[in-house]
Amino acid sequence: MTEPLRLTTREVATFVARGFLRFDAAVLAEINEQFLEEAGRIRDPRPGERVHRIHAEALAKARIPEVAPGAPLFEAYPPESALGRLMRLPRVAGGFRSLLGEAPVFDHHFLHVTFPPKFHAAASRENVSQNTHQDSTIDPGAGFDVQLMYFPHAVTREMGGTRFTPGTHLHKVSEAAIGRYQNMVGQQHMVCEAGTLLFLHHGIWHGGGVNHADQARYMFKIRAHASTRQTRCWNLEDLPRRNARRPIFFTKSAPEPDTIETILTTPEPWFEFDTGRLEFVNRIKLWRYMTEDPAYDADYWLTRLEATPEAQAAR
Amino acid sequence: MTALRQKVLVLYLKSSALDSPVTAWAQYDGTGQTLHMAGDEDEPPYPTGVAALKDGWRLFQASQLLPHARGEEFDLAYLKYEFLFEQLMEVDR
Repeated sequence: MTEPLRLTTREVATFVARGFLRFDAAVLAEINEQFLEEAGRIRDPRPGERVHRIHAEALAKARIPEVAPGAPLFEAYPPESALGRLMRLPRVAGGFRSLLGEAPVFDHHFLHVTFPPKFHAAASRENVSQNTHQDSTIDPGAGFDVQLMYFPHAVTREMGGTRFTPGTHLHKVSEAAIGRYQNMVGQQHMVCEAGTLLFLHHGIWHGGGVNHADQARYMFKIRAHASTRQTRCWNLEDLPRRNARRPIFFTKSAPEPDTIETILTTPEPWFEFDTGRLEFVNRIKLWRYMTEDPAYDADYWLTRLEATPEAQAAR
Repeated sequence: MTALRQKVLVLYLKSSALDSPVTAWAQYDGTGQTLHMAGDEDEPPYPTGVAALKDGWRLFQASQLLPHARGEEFDLAYLKYEFLFEQLMEVDR
């Protein structure tokens, strides 16, 4: 097998700050074609037939295996299947290993199909998008699972695309409780080439977009968790040995782009005025976890909180 | 014969100030004339809550400012500054 392509420090910092990494057209065309063949075609609806029945039939016929949770991720698929080949791609193997350590464990997978308007018309149902949600059961821990979204064919805006809002992943919410958040400033829709990959922190807020095109839209999701240490597993060659303490607030020039501190303290457009600071605090805490450096700080956000008289006296 | 139906606009703002910028939003139309759904707009319908008031929306609920639970001061969860507006529309029955 080709050596896994480990993520860089800046890629992992971006994942920590924004909750996702996107790699466009990262999967070979022949794997995409093989996957679509194994997934099978969606047949036309019969009058009155509900979409979920057609979807269930497609899942049953698909040449994608059922896999029980707890399996070693890299042994979950037959080696010559499209998904087996996908998992051996250096970008995929390296991405999972960088974020989940050497022995990621399979949680679940799913073939998401978003149906064109005629399927909803046949069932006399409205063609609507999926409400915004987080794939959580309220998850208060520091660690995280990774969800890989694989887009095996090109996705146009008309086809909807998976919608997600960068930077929402550190919010501890309860799955569909956020369904009222229809739209957010800065939300993104996955319009992409075939073979595009999204590595997601499992906490990112997302939902399936409504499909107005003639063609069914496929997205395959694989969720995995760590079974070993998930920290310091990326390519550490570019990890700065010491974080730079730079001037804050009163500054005479724009911050140097692409430093860890800049990545961790770049706000998203939907951040609230006051809790925007808490976003930075939580990103820095996650970076401490990922780097195993409990003293790390960016722009004094945690030092200011920790340097209380009580804490000083306790030393 | 006409009847009244409610249209609801939910705005999430950057602070508790009604004139602060919109960060997220939702719309529900009880007249059935329009269908809103997740992901249907990338630009907010109004730049601020006050802009919605000026366009005739009536504010009927605002989220409370609650003290921070001890030990959870730095946790993030739901959007904090939620404002619900309505318009009452006449429809033919």
